[in-house]
Amino acid sequence: MLDIQIHDSPLDTQACIDFTSHPNAGGNTIFVGTVREFTKGKKVIRLEFESYEPMAIKEMTKIAEIAQKKWSTLAVSIHHRVGVLAIGEVAVVIAVSTPHRKAAFEACEFMIDTLKETVPIWKKEIFEDGEIWVAAHP
Amino acid sequence: MTIKLVAYGIAKDIIGKHQVEIQVEAVNNIGELKEWLCQKYPDFQKLRSLSLAVNEEYQEDVFALTAKDEVVIIPPVSGG
Repeated sequence: MLDIQIHDSPLDTQACIDFTSHPNAGGNTIFVGTVREFTKGKKVIRLEFESYEPMAIKEMTKIAEIAQKKWSTLAVSIHHRVGVLAIGEVAVVIAVSTPHRKAAFEACEFMIDTLKETVPIWKKEIFEDGEIWVAAHP
Repeated sequence: MTIKLVAYGIAKDIIGKHQVEIQVEAVNNIGELKEWLCQKYPDFQKLRSLSLAVNEEYQEDVFALTAKDEVVIIPPVSGG
């Protein structure tokens, strides 16, 4: 069972947990990615996320399917936010349930790590004195 | 041939707009289009990576382009 979504409004972490609740689950892990106030000592005012939505949904689905095969996940929910985010707001939620807890931790870490490498979503950090597309340059 | 380019993130800043139609000669595949982009817009050479997508999928350099293709420029991603 997969639940892959992109929203331009605040994410509902509980909805992801609820989706992945499963009678055969022995564990459910949740990763919640939030907007940090400081990057390399610079104060961030806000973040702006944009996505190439149809491809981003496809790529997140691929990641969840790989996790399903490798860790026999029972249910996966990935919700990503786009638009303007303030400090402390939730940018991404990944929830996963598996029969045993170790697989749930491993699958969750794999999915957030891979999402950051392959999913066409871009983050711009806006500072008091400028802005930068995160990770664009070496 | 005419190719429609769609750009996101820093790629949009580099080409100056979200969508543009380009006229190219001797550009037949993804690899050649990347070279064309890097020559026309040298700022692409400064990026950590540059990928191109067609049909909502990343495509290898050998992927053949046709005039109907919409090519999406994918600069280094930074979601999560």
